[in-house]
Amino acid sequence: MILGLDVGGTHTDVVLIDKDGIHRQTKVPTDHADLLGCVRAGIEGVTGGIPPDGISRVVLSTTLTTNAIIEGKTNETAVIVSAGPGVDPEFFRTGPHYYCVAGSIDHRGREIQSVKTSEIQAIASKLKTDGVRQVAVVSKFSVRNPKHETQVRDILGDSFFNVVLGHRLSGNLNFPRRIATAYLNAAVCETHRRFFDAVRESLEKKGLNVPIYVLKADGGTMSLEASLQCPGQTILSGPAASVMGSLPFASETEETLVLDIGGTSTDMAILIRKVPLLDPLGCELGGYKTLIRALKTVSIGLGGDSVVRLADGGLSIGPDRKGPAMAYGGPVPTPTDALFVLGKVNDGDAGSSRRGLQPIADGLGMSLEDTANRVFDEACRKILSAAGEMISNINSKPVYTVQELLGGYQVRPGEILVLGGPAPHFARRLGDFTDSRVRVVPRWQVANALGAALAKNTSEVTLFADTERGIAVAPEEDFYKTVKRDFDRESAVRLAFDLLRDKCVKQGAVESELEMEVIEDIQFNMVRSFYTSGRNIRVKVQVKPGLIPGYREIADRLAESVPPQT
Amino acid sequence: MLTSKTRTGVVFFPAFDWAISATHPEREERLLYTQDQVFEEGLLDIEGVIEFKPDLATVDDIKRVHFCVPDEMSVVTESHLISAGGAKTVGIQVMEKHIERGFALVRPPGHHAMRVVHGARGFCNVNIEAIMIEYLRKAYGIDRVAIVDTDCHHGDGTQDIYWHDPDTLFISLHQDGRTLYPGSGFHYEIGGPTAAGMTVNIPLPPRTSEEGFLYVLDQAVLPILEDFKPELIVNSAGQDNHYTDPITNMSFCAQGYAELTRRLKADIAVLEGGYSIEGALPYVNVGILLAMAGLDFSQVREPDYQPDKIRQSGEVTKHIHRVVEEVLAGWKKAPEIRKKQLSGRKFAERERSIYYDTDNILESQRETLRVCPDCSGVLSIDSSTDTGYHILAVHIPRKACKECVDQGVKWYDSADARRFNRIFLQDRMNDQYLVRKG
Ligand SMILES: [Zn+2]
Ligand SMILES: [Zn+2]
Ligand SMILES: [Zn+2]
Repeated sequence: MILGLDVGGTHTDVVLIDKDGIHRQTKVPTDHADLLGCVRAGIEGVTGGIPPDGISRVVLSTTLTTNAIIEGKTNETAVIVSAGPGVDPEFFRTGPHYYCVAGSIDHRGREIQSVKTSEIQAIASKLKTDGVRQVAVVSKFSVRNPKHETQVRDILGDSFFNVVLGHRLSGNLNFPRRIATAYLNAAVCETHRRFFDAVRESLEKKGLNVPIYVLKADGGTMSLEASLQCPGQTILSGPAASVMGSLPFASETEETLVLDIGGTSTDMAILIRKVPLLDPLGCELGGYKTLIRALKTVSIGLGGDSVVRLADGGLSIGPDRKGPAMAYGGPVPTPTDALFVLGKVNDGDAGSSRRGLQPIADGLGMSLEDTANRVFDEACRKILSAAGEMISNINSKPVYTVQELLGGYQVRPGEILVLGGPAPHFARRLGDFTDSRVRVVPRWQVANALGAALAKNTSEVTLFADTERGIAVAPEEDFYKTVKRDFDRESAVRLAFDLLRDKCVKQGAVESELEMEVIEDIQFNMVRSFYTSGRNIRVKVQVKPGLIPGYREIADRLAESVPPQT
Repeated sequence: MLTSKTRTGVVFFPAFDWAISATHPEREERLLYTQDQVFEEGLLDIEGVIEFKPDLATVDDIKRVHFCVPDEMSVVTESHLISAGGAKTVGIQVMEKHIERGFALVRPPGHHAMRVVHGARGFCNVNIEAIMIEYLRKAYGIDRVAIVDTDCHHGDGTQDIYWHDPDTLFISLHQDGRTLYPGSGFHYEIGGPTAAGMTVNIPLPPRTSEEGFLYVLDQAVLPILEDFKPELIVNSAGQDNHYTDPITNMSFCAQGYAELTRRLKADIAVLEGGYSIEGALPYVNVGILLAMAGLDFSQVREPDYQPDKIRQSGEVTKHIHRVVEEVLAGWKKAPEIRKKQLSGRKFAERERSIYYDTDNILESQRETLRVCPDCSGVLSIDSSTDTGYHILAVHIPRKACKECVDQGVKWYDSADARRFNRIFLQDRMNDQYLVRKG
């Protein structure tokens, strides 16, 4: 059995699944002051009476690091950057402990200017004096040649809690994002480690000596141990969990728009024939553009608890939340209150909902019932228009070859999958406003936890080779090798696959999960003075994001029990 | 986070699957290192820098500018449509005010493509700036446009297309034609009788460096632009003046290009040549982009940049000062020359040979212009090639008078179909393009 746990903003959802589907499920309110307590309570809720050896793995998704970043509750972190010519690195300053140092590497990985040892030593002693224990080291083009980053780390020595090197986090080019990514990884490291050590300890106390996995922003899992090296990867795993939770029910032949309608916000994502669409470079969080591989998700401030108010004689919903719906004791009317007025929900105080919406109905000069319908319609239209905008953005993404441009692949979802608290109510009404088929995700209440439980390991390897220089580099893997002139695209792909297999296994993947694919392979002849002097090869391979094999049956079982769309 | 001072659009299309040939300078590798540098610097993440997907130029867009023989799709590839389309995209975004300025970082280039196109010249098949400009004129009704060609080679194709257009000021800075392809662009080439003075050629001596270029910009180009008062300034931003360029002999640097961009303040820049794909392009393009966006570019420099090594000699400086004097004198005299030319003959003819170096075609042209006092004059071109094509091309300009329209239609209708493979009528007055097959 697999235990999936999603520590969400409002609730912590837990499922225990086996071949027959969801064996048990539970929901506990999330207490942000005591996340560990929530995790414990959640696990207690589903494991009672289950022998520890019946559980084969535990997968966790949590907003811990996301919140730490958004709320600025991270550890003091120093950043050392060497840029060389180009944009002034001062623009990317992360805070007071930000040092621009000598050293320069060019686009092919050639050293232009070396690192100055004395300069780094001076910074090291200054940081020690200042009590800064986290350091991120980033150099421009380090993914082509990581030499300077490793040199700086070596000079810094081992008197720091953690030294994060930029090239280990992503093989993609983008120096400002590499700085932000390294910084965030270093800054959340202690928080992440403390929490997960505690989780592991408490599971062990329960006799659960099973592998623990963490859900990543790209919808894949990694082992807890691997996550300690790059805790930043666990940000935005909340939206990733819901996307993975809807994946089992998505169309094999069409594109799917996933809508996770929560209390505060609605998260949107796209599946292309059951494969989630990734953000091309990396996600954005708390004002930082990063290289963290993530699902392409867009979040809008509109959910069941969004504030409904009169504005300019019209109706406005969100983007803020002031608490739960008035039916549940909240201070202001919300779309959920509209559901109460319409009699669609009745597990709260409908009277409060009616009292809350009455002034708005008066302002609009409409009946209470009509007003409730209008609130609901307005919310649906807003969600669909935001989704349309996201899709058109995806479709206008620039491409760089003739083939890609003329190929002109366009995303056009034929179905919409809805999950989250008010999913069934929204699904029916959304269907009235769109030509796409709208369905509710089975077990929509715990789909997030289910997504975490079913997600398989994902990894990516970027390989860069330059046969004129005689080198092949896979920066994230800390891999460097000399190659001969006959090294070509095919050899590069083979090598990248080998590295990927190793990486996956190290991250706790099972061999049967490894559905590897090439996502980029380009080779350029380098011509100097009209002769081919070498080949410049760029290869990127990945494990296709998706679900653990063998658990399709679970999905089929769950799909049989589709809830009524009221 | 980095935020641009000027909302700047970029179309980046490196055409990674298109080359003239495997070892040709215009090959897949050309913008590879630029892409690396642009991506690594995170330029496309800058707040206020917006990347657009290029539109494809249409056959109609080409027909507004060129006479393609035998037809458009025979002389272009999809890459050309994307490259011209990329320029067009940037133009549209500027006109729609979504951006204040834009840079079409595309290939293949276009400024050697003339009005009649039998094949590729100087790596160019169709003129991507002209296609953009004529589209914008049609779609947005703009009239006065200035093109400043800073490619090291004379922009002879653009010059040819706008030779008779008094509403398009074409200024080309380039390495002296006696020392470089295409061998034209001398100061006495000032435009046809109805547009005399609207072509301004500024040939510069080999080894001109930053100092020289900026001097020419400040002393000649900017004052002339100030006089002309264009609604739109387009920079044909070729980058082969760079000191490391393998096919030219100039000494310009990335800082210089960025500074030139900052001072010129072109609305639209379109990449043309530039073949130092490793040593120059990555840095020059980053410099230009930062300058367009109004951002600091002081730390953009080539890894091997040594200003003393590329400083221009006193002799070069003196030569440039003389050139600038000539250019300014020519510009001042232009209205007078134009007046004199207009009161002369009714028709003006010119004969020339045009060599298509890339496709090895020799073309002979006889051009006849009606020297019209009321408009820029209708034009006919009798063109034949050593590959056996013979065509007649009639161009009725955008703001043609009635007589010129009638003359153009007459030329087209009365042409003897047995003498020509094709007879074309490009009627910009009525936005029509007609072809008769011989
Ligand atoms: Zn020029
Ligand atoms: Zn050129
Ligand atoms: Zn006329």
